[in-house]
Amino acid sequence: MTSATTQAHAPTPSEPGQLKVIQDATCTFCGCVCDDIDLTVKDDHIIEAKRACVLGKAWFLNHSIEDRPSCLVEGQPAMLDEGYDRAAQILTQGKYPIIYGLSDSPCEAQRVAVSIADWIKGTIDTTTSVCHGPSGMAFQGVGEVTCSLGEVANRCDLIMFWGSNPAESHPRHFTRYSLMPKGMFLPNGRKDRTCVIVDVRKTKSAKAADIFIQIKPKKDFEALWTLRALAKGVDLDPDQVQRETGVEYSVWVDLMERMKGCKYGVIFFGMGLTMTRGKHANSEAILALTRDMNAFTRFAAKPNRGHGNVTGADNVVSWRTGYPFGVNHSRGYPRFNPGEYTTSDTLANREADCAMTIACDPLANFSQPAREHLAAIPFIALDTKETPTTRAATVAFTVATYGINTGGTVYRMDDVPIPLRPAFPSPHPSDYDVLTAIEQRVKRILGVQG
Amino acid sequence: MNRETFILIPGRTTDQGCGVSEGKFRDKYQKEVRALRVAPGDMARLGLAEGDLVRLTGEEGQSVEVGITAAKKDELPEGLLFIAYGEISSRLMTGDTHGSGIPTSKGMEVTMELVQKASVAT
Amino acid sequence: MSLPDYTKISQGIVYDPANGIDGEVRDIWILDQHIVDAPTDRAIRPARVIDAQGLVVMPGGIDMHCHIAGPKVNTARKMRPEEKRRDKQMPRTNIAHSGTLGSVPSTFATGYKYSALGYTTAFDAAVPPIGARHAHEEFDDTPCIDKGFYVLMGNNHYVMQSLMQQEPGKLKAFIAWLLNATKGFAPKLVNPGGVEVWKSKQAGNVSGLDTKVDHFEVTPRQIVGGVARAAAELGLPHPVHIHCNNLGMPGNWETTLETMRALEGHRGHITHIQFHSYGGGEGDENTFNSKAIPLADYVNSHPNITVDVGQVLFGETTSMTGDGPLGYFLSKIYGGKWFSADTEMESGCGITPIKYRNKSLVHALQWAIGLEWFLLVQDPWRVVMSTDHPNGGSFLAYPQIIRLLMDSTYRRDILKTCPPEVRQRSSLADIDREYTLNEIAIITRAGPAKILGLANKGHLGPGADADITIYTPNENAEVMFEMPRVVIKSGRVLVEQGEIRESLIGKTLHVQPLYDIEMEADIQKWFEKYYSIRWRNYPVDLSYLHQSCVIPTRHGDLQG
Repeated sequence: MTSATTQAHAPTPSEPGQLKVIQDATCTFCGCVCDDIDLTVKDDHIIEAKRACVLGKAWFLNHSIEDRPSCLVEGQPAMLDEGYDRAAQILTQGKYPIIYGLSDSPCEAQRVAVSIADWIKGTIDTTTSVCHGPSGMAFQGVGEVTCSLGEVANRCDLIMFWGSNPAESHPRHFTRYSLMPKGMFLPNGRKDRTCVIVDVRKTKSAKAADIFIQIKPKKDFEALWTLRALAKGVDLDPDQVQRETGVEYSVWVDLMERMKGCKYGVIFFGMGLTMTRGKHANSEAILALTRDMNAFTRFAAKPNRGHGNVTGADNVVSWRTGYPFGVNHSRGYPRFNPGEYTTSDTLANREADCAMTIACDPLANFSQPAREHLAAIPFIALDTKETPTTRAATVAFTVATYGINTGGTVYRMDDVPIPLRPAFPSPHPSDYDVLTAIEQRVKRILGVQG
Repeated sequence: MNRETFILIPGRTTDQGCGVSEGKFRDKYQKEVRALRVAPGDMARLGLAEGDLVRLTGEEGQSVEVGITAAKKDELPEGLLFIAYGEISSRLMTGDTHGSGIPTSKGMEVTMELVQKASVAT
Repeated sequence: MSLPDYTKISQGIVYDPANGIDGEVRDIWILDQHIVDAPTDRAIRPARVIDAQGLVVMPGGIDMHCHIAGPKVNTARKMRPEEKRRDKQMPRTNIAHSGTLGSVPSTFATGYKYSALGYTTAFDAAVPPIGARHAHEEFDDTPCIDKGFYVLMGNNHYVMQSLMQQEPGKLKAFIAWLLNATKGFAPKLVNPGGVEVWKSKQAGNVSGLDTKVDHFEVTPRQIVGGVARAAAELGLPHPVHIHCNNLGMPGNWETTLETMRALEGHRGHITHIQFHSYGGGEGDENTFNSKAIPLADYVNSHPNITVDVGQVLFGETTSMTGDGPLGYFLSKIYGGKWFSADTEMESGCGITPIKYRNKSLVHALQWAIGLEWFLLVQDPWRVVMSTDHPNGGSFLAYPQIIRLLMDSTYRRDILKTCPPEVRQRSSLADIDREYTLNEIAIITRAGPAKILGLANKGHLGPGADADITIYTPNENAEVMFEMPRVVIKSGRVLVEQGEIRESLIGKTLHVQPLYDIEMEADIQKWFEKYYSIRWRNYPVDLSYLHQSCVIPTRHGDLQG
């Protein structure tokens, strides 16, 4: 394991009062991973984030240096070494240790986290399991026809969003990748494209659509299979279609004509599909529909991934274990079973007996039974800011923010790896530093030489 | 008002996203994740007003109390509620993931009942 | 002063074809990471001696065409959980990480398994440039072997545009720039032009060397010829690695022949040629037959051409390719899950599970055609062992292929399990040739080293990397080759009898050809118009390489 990448990409300190500009910095707030941000830095603050969206600006301008101890043990300030020792003890003493989070860490840190899980025979899971985990399961069922975001910009003349509200979750999605760009084969940009948005509520994104289709809540599966049936020329009862989907049959017929008639279509889908009734069956339906469409024209699908490096987490866990998330090492080798080794389950089922959370906040975002169990077991939390989870952790580390204070690599939602250009150094250690220190101790305790 | 069944959609919002970066214990985030959006038609029918405190109860009896705010004109069809992801919304999820690794986190069936009128609270 | 820390491999039966040594008993001396001459001072004793009496000593194996890292490989890992749970398990030890197998092993498992097989170097054959950073990250987690990759260029817009504009200078500069930016090893053409057509229309593809690619108005022939010429002018160690158009299609042998002709005498490597050697009517499986003989004749008489085979083995595996339209074609045949990804400005990708059945005439013929290729190319220095892992089968099947080549009785026995038509539609039944150990050493290490231009690999002479495999001889070549006695990498004993003793990360082999830096402005202008990432964030810097090893080009290298 090399730390060369994180070292090579370390930020340089700036002179007090001097302005420093970082060009082509990468925003890691959402899965768009825009790498064209110009940051102006003064006295360890970013004072301007040019081209960043509202979420990006909030990300860059609010991550200054946290005035908190780098390490807290049972709520009391502690030396880092004490925290590392305690963390390694907790993780090696547990019978069912779990490591969770990682979607806001660079790949370099994710790799160390997977190593720790391997040495301690623990379970490693990422926030994928509570966002597009079901899409990952669907992918294992039917595959996926997809493309990079630049292909969307250059070729896609029919842009669909399903259960996704990029205006609020991925604000530059429209302008940078999907709707507005003047692409190689779409010289007029927006004018050359048709935008269709399907959702259960009229989101802020809806006004960007040429066609907005509001379906009945929890009826995504039925709506998608209506389209699959229409693609294959299956006779449907128009009344039943309207009853089930809440949308007139003729609207679906019209949409299918547009889908067949476009040159290259794309469906971006969100957690409106994966978090609701049907879950992976919904994602599977959209992936299967996309595949079906390739019998008529070119068509792609892509989950609109949320966090800055959740896609990197999928990749790192996959290349190291063979499985994308929810991986258990209790037998010494990786096993995969969503619903069993995923964190919502290992906590709610009261199986995990210790935990390490990295860049995530289960005590705010998990179900009540899962929260209660996490609060009852010893656990380590790494985060850039104080959260309900860090407040309750046995050992809490305040870490430097990736892409602002530390370098490394992140993967955009379309699996394109992008380097980080940090703006200013932090006195706090990085995820990579903390995890590496814990790994060294874990290996020493367990007698691992590898 | 009587207890009535609704479908709750938690989701990302701009203020929730910005609030995560500003700090989860800051006002913007706290305010955003504690505001339940209700369709104007539902509010009129049920005699609810901005700021009223309601109780939402999930299928396993888990419940939260939350203040309401009127949704934009046609954002929500009647029968649908919206809230930004966060502490409140996740308290309504069950521990069961149905073998998928993820609890049902959108499209949850909840009942809504009035706890306190805003006019009384202030 | 400390004495030099020598290791001696004592009295092994050495096969070192590059140095003309064919089964002679010799000592091999190692100092640090290299093979050295025996010290002239007889008083110097080695610090350690590996007794190889009665054992066979060869250079470490080199896999010049496999799929082991990067976006498509990792996608295939994600896509196929079902085959891992029921395969052999690889638990962690106190030295080694755990891993998973199946047709697409995890990174650690890949490194350990190659090493345990006696292979010390492997090249991923198809990395999209924009995914180069990803491939390097995986290499950093792939232990025990040296690695490199080929960079997909056959459908790159700048390549096609400079050919259309008849700007060979731009093409040459671009190839060099791209190899530098990606830290790649060689230009790779996959279905040149065809993938671009696939991106632009339903079931799109080119039909042969002279079909014009939409929008760019160039032909596959121009792409093959242009890139081969530019690569020759750059003096690249492995100029161009070609996956021809029409892979897998009946009657595609003519496309393959035309591709060889399109090289116009320049050096070129035709990969997994088994998949490109089919006679028969277009799309008509009933007339499917082998055209290995006429193609091998052409190769035999044209020394500018080298090939690797892409041998098919019976069983289940995963097809993965940069050839998007091929992925679509295969997914329709097999009807299973299908992954396809189009990558802006550069390439495509197709992945689908497949199963080769010995009772299927087509599959059995594919198996036979692969073996014909090994046996029909007269010069073993120009034909290389490969399964196109995992496309034809796993690299773990190499020992089985070696047995098929060395033992004609075994070969005939397997042929008997195939449909009888295989004997009419291919020449395999008529071939008695059996490979010698020396020839095996050529097609698995010495030959690929030479074809790749790796002066320090594939041989055991002084200066060579101390990558050495020691085998226990056995009448059954499969048994002999599937579990080496000792595997030495960079002078260190990594494996003994299949057990990992030590782990190291290995080097990344890449090229840094010199080019006219002034040409960059034009590339940048093109890049910034249509790419979705920034120009400055595209090149991979050296910090991503655990240990960089620049293989020199004949006409100069960039420094740094």
